[in-house]
Amino acid sequence: MFDNLLGSFWPYTIDGLVLGAIYGLVALGYTMVYGVLRLINFAHSEIFMIGTMASAFVVMSMGLTHPLTGFALVGGLLLMILVGGFASAGSAMLLERIAYRPLRKRGASRLAALISAIGASLFLQELFALVIIPHAFNRPEQGRNQMGVARIMDKDVLFSIGGADVRVDQLLIFVAAIGMMVLLDQVVNRTKIGRGIRATSQDPQTAMLMGVDIDKIVRVTFLIGGLMAGVAGALFVLQFEVTKFSIGFLLGIKAFTAAVLGGIGNLRGALLGGLFLGLIENYGAAVFGSGWKDVIAFSVLVLVLMFRPTGILGESLQQARA
Amino acid sequence: MSSNSMITNGRNAFGAFVDGVRGRWATAPGWQRWTIYILLIVGALLLPSESIGGFMSPYNDWASILFFPIGTYIVLAIGLNVVVGQAGLLDLGYVAFFAIGGYLMAILGTRMGLNFWEILVVGVLLSAASGVVLGAPTLRLRGDYLAIVTLGFGEIVRQTAENTDAIGGPRGIAGIPHPPDIDGIELFGVQIFHYGVLDPRPYYYLLVALAVLIIVFVKRWERSRVGRAWAAIREDEDAAEVMGVPTFKFKLLAFAIGAAIGGAMGVVWAAKTISINPNDFLFMLSATIVAAVVLGGSGNVPGVILGAFLVAWLPERFRGLSDYRILVFGAALVVLMIFRPEGLLPSRRRKAELAEGTGGMGALGAEVPGPEDQPAGEGVAK
Repeated sequence: MFDNLLGSFWPYTIDGLVLGAIYGLVALGYTMVYGVLRLINFAHSEIFMIGTMASAFVVMSMGLTHPLTGFALVGGLLLMILVGGFASAGSAMLLERIAYRPLRKRGASRLAALISAIGASLFLQELFALVIIPHAFNRPEQGRNQMGVARIMDKDVLFSIGGADVRVDQLLIFVAAIGMMVLLDQVVNRTKIGRGIRATSQDPQTAMLMGVDIDKIVRVTFLIGGLMAGVAGALFVLQFEVTKFSIGFLLGIKAFTAAVLGGIGNLRGALLGGLFLGLIENYGAAVFGSGWKDVIAFSVLVLVLMFRPTGILGESLQQARA
Repeated sequence: MSSNSMITNGRNAFGAFVDGVRGRWATAPGWQRWTIYILLIVGALLLPSESIGGFMSPYNDWASILFFPIGTYIVLAIGLNVVVGQAGLLDLGYVAFFAIGGYLMAILGTRMGLNFWEILVVGVLLSAASGVVLGAPTLRLRGDYLAIVTLGFGEIVRQTAENTDAIGGPRGIAGIPHPPDIDGIELFGVQIFHYGVLDPRPYYYLLVALAVLIIVFVKRWERSRVGRAWAAIREDEDAAEVMGVPTFKFKLLAFAIGAAIGGAMGVVWAAKTISINPNDFLFMLSATIVAAVVLGGSGNVPGVILGAFLVAWLPERFRGLSDYRILVFGAALVVLMIFRPEGLLPSRRRKAELAEGTGGMGALGAEVPGPEDQPAGEGVAK
């Protein structure tokens, strides 16, 4: 039963880490919004989906016949990541403005916010399936199909670990994801706006009395979360070369799982949770068969919550540095 | 600002009307209430007629629509309301119990040769047991953690079904038997106990009977010691515990009752549908039922019925918009939550909680220990 896993331990590890890095980036959005608003931003999975769509659009409009090289490649990758990131960041802020802020101003229940999020999630998925993919991508009647995206770079093997090949795109994704997270960690810990975020997540009332503009903090939180999800979307397209209107759903739930695993509200925990989940999922798939992948991910979530409900590193944003 | 005050006025007018009806209802003598109950049941029995169907459902067979999705959603919403609305436990994986009921009907019906009524009893008991099994480890969690764990369990149940070849894997199970017939009993020209393939009305009547039974039980629970304990847990779990309410036991009971209702509905639904597969039990169904409960007014049975009816019926009625109906449904959910977050017909008790200002966030039980629960000093940065 374990022969498969032991026989190809390193390939599973590498795939798990790459996928886990993407989970971690998406998990940041959940964890930040939760830290500040105590709200499960259920539509965050659609923000990720928009990131994949925007970067797929960039690649498609390049009209590639063969992969790019040299400076063209660097430019192409940057464009993909930037467009993906900004499309997601913009939609995340729009989502906050339309679906959440009116409820927040009114002091509505969290359940109401969750329903609003589910509604927004449905709306965005259908918007892409019915309007954007058929028209902007010029694929009438195919809005619900999986779209293949052209390969933008040659996926050469860089080096091997324990007989497993590490490809250049995998390394790039892993490094980019970690880099983004380090950057975010610094922003939250060292800048004024980061201090505002931490203050708001600790105690919104007191933060407001101390002159923190809560609305602005919430906007920035959604912007950063969206940016991370958009970058994750671009990296996802780079790695898997597909996207779909409903691509965010399962990935979103897993990213939320990652956020909870790491301790929700905890930025470093999100990364750790993402990597942990990516690994467990791949190892589990190796042992039980790939059909059980998602079952394993959710079982891990249930077990962790039962025995350590505050996650691996403990919750809350303000203690992230501990 | 002016638009805001207009909205508030509109809400007050609607609220005043609802309050008036409620006040009259509370003081109405017994015979008046019974008359209304009987009229409602007769109305439900007359509902599948052609003349109503022509307006309500121009695109599909109205009686079929009444069974699924309308009736099914209503029963599921009443069951989920016990968990979400009364005990304040946010369950995002309710579809799991519906699936367990459905699969029990399919397996016991096709393999063990039990008939529908036997399976219904077994199904209710086993689903309640599954609610206890699921609830026992998870109900120690609070709020959003509970929500996400139940969501995880919903997916685990579905994907386990999908990966287990013994119960058909992704193809599911076909050839599920119908309930046994009793011929010769007619009502409005319908053989009401003849469960065939073509006529959905006998199944609808079965569903109405089930719904009435469930409503009677749920309402009686609500007004009993159990219901008061649930309300106490929903409003402040710690205070309830301190006052001597065994909170864990009552939360488990709410979960088991909700599960039993979901399971019963699964059995009835599978008995009509003939074949089921894992894709009948997607997360979207759980989300839709939660939406129905909140939309109608969490905690209030008539409100929940209205919510489930609207959530099930509107997309069917406006099938003319064909593809765009889910898009419109999503947008409508957002708009409704912005303008009437307490639901269309909120429960009176819940409304009082909201007005008091203590209800708000905490009233849903969806509270994880926030920073204010931590000892001073622990949360200080750096």
